[in-house]
Amino acid sequence: MSVSPEQVRHIAKLARIAMSDEELDRLVPELNNILGWVEQLGEVNTDGIEPLTAVIEQKLRLREDAVTDGDIRDDVLANAPEPQHGFFGVPKVIE
Amino acid sequence: MSELTSKTIAELRDGFRGGEFSAREIAEGYNAAVEAARLLNAYTVTTPDDALAAAAAADKTRGQGDLPPLAGVPLGIKDLFATKGVDSTAGSRILKGFKPTYESTVTGNLRRAGAGMLGKLNMDEFAMGSSNETSAYGPVISPWRRKGSNVGLTPGGSSGGSAAAVAALIAPGATGTDTGGSIRQPAAFAGICGIKPTYGRCSRWGIVAFASSLDQAGPMAKTVRDCAILLEAMAGFDPKDSTSLDLPVPQWEANLSSDLKGKRVGIPKEYRIDSVPAEINALWDQGIEWLKDAGATPVEISLPHTKYALPTYYIIAPAEASSNLARYDGVRYGLREEGVKTLDDMYSATRAEGFGAEVKRRIMIGTYVLSAGFYDAYFTKAQRVRALIKQDFAKAFEQCDVILTPTAPSAAFGIGETTDPLAMYLNDVFAVPASLAGLPAMSVPGGLDAQGLPLGLHLIGNELDEQIVLNAGLAIEERAGFTARPEKWW
Repeated sequence: MSVSPEQVRHIAKLARIAMSDEELDRLVPELNNILGWVEQLGEVNTDGIEPLTAVIEQKLRLREDAVTDGDIRDDVLANAPEPQHGFFGVPKVIE
Repeated sequence: MSELTSKTIAELRDGFRGGEFSAREIAEGYNAAVEAARLLNAYTVTTPDDALAAAAAADKTRGQGDLPPLAGVPLGIKDLFATKGVDSTAGSRILKGFKPTYESTVTGNLRRAGAGMLGKLNMDEFAMGSSNETSAYGPVISPWRRKGSNVGLTPGGSSGGSAAAVAALIAPGATGTDTGGSIRQPAAFAGICGIKPTYGRCSRWGIVAFASSLDQAGPMAKTVRDCAILLEAMAGFDPKDSTSLDLPVPQWEANLSSDLKGKRVGIPKEYRIDSVPAEINALWDQGIEWLKDAGATPVEISLPHTKYALPTYYIIAPAEASSNLARYDGVRYGLREEGVKTLDDMYSATRAEGFGAEVKRRIMIGTYVLSAGFYDAYFTKAQRVRALIKQDFAKAFEQCDVILTPTAPSAAFGIGETTDPLAMYLNDVFAVPASLAGLPAMSVPGGLDAQGLPLGLHLIGNELDEQIVLNAGLAIEERAGFTARPEKWW
């Protein structure tokens, strides 16, 4: 499988990365090169093999359903590019 | 105080305890060395006051009984770790100016153990790279040079700043992180030791996430013993990381022993690759002899899915990265591109401006392999092959106790010499399988190549068996007698 420039444009949109035509043109062969290479996995017979999800076997822990964190609004906002009145400021989304 | 900077962490710790020198002398010696080595571009931020404050606390406590294990020892911290109030940018423009209001668990553990911080160490952007050339701060220059040449070499990556700092004696030890070789390959390039523990030994909390199912922190230092000391301080259960192992931290240092009698060393036949320079295969053979001399018996083993490890990694790691890096959107921290009208444009413009080429490439691959219609063909397939790679190791460890291979397929290369992304990925051909299987693995210097550059030997242990990795590393270290240091040109 190889990707077309239109597909790459679509992926860039999904990934929310603005991309110039030049950047796109450079990326198409690079991605195809990498995707062509990873396709060798097709040679491996994986019938009946469960996908690995936990590399070291362990049970997921449960913790008590109690508040253990919070009340740190100023900390949370400390690195925000545009904090406003205790909120994250963003460009207007409703006209 | 230059002689202090050539000491190991064990020597600094013990000398400080014994009253040979003060913690302040150590910190001042290192602070001066760091300042004098700006040309290497190893540090992105220096924090001399932090190192001095920890030293003052150590000096004050000395003589009052219980000293924490790393009292008097300053360290370099990879920029991937969140350090409270100190820029933590993962080598990326998109995190420019980010000063966490919290401390990562691992660096918090090191601080509690008494360590001070010399500064933050340069790295490939978001730990994506094998040469440190993808950093937004520009590449780290290795302190090593080829014989008779002044061509700038890479220190490897992604923990290239860490490796260069230890090799150049501007940190006695450093934290690294390893997703697919990012501790071991730079350790090999820089002629130092570095260990990635079993996945889950070190908490990932407060470490900027790249590929969460693979990311592990580990130490980089001059000697095997120093790695054991640092790893003991870094590791430990953390309820804030859901994959943290709820197990006591072993006494790796106290249990160090290079006596390998009765141990079997697995030599995987699939790691004999023709394109690897003869010098590297010769060093591997020498390593087998050293371990035999230490009492171990070599056994040939087979890891049949080895050749599929890199392609598997380059599906899984970018897929996880594309999810993890979705958080960088210009809203909550880091860079925000102004001058765009809509929220969606702000996201796209910020990410276009903030991420470098390699990070974008991996986000794009990851987004593609996770997208509708391709998920099963790529991502699920890779997870199945990953299960087979894990199985290969499980079977191998029925026949052996530790595995020996070369660390990297080449010595350090020049800055700008490797421009093809795929060729760069091949650097981790020997390191990635152990990452995919979550196993502890270490690089130890074995010798120099004909150009005078360090080569590393790589040890892989079974789950939770860091001890055999360290012990076999110690056996090699004692026999290799590797004392070469880069000649100071900076």
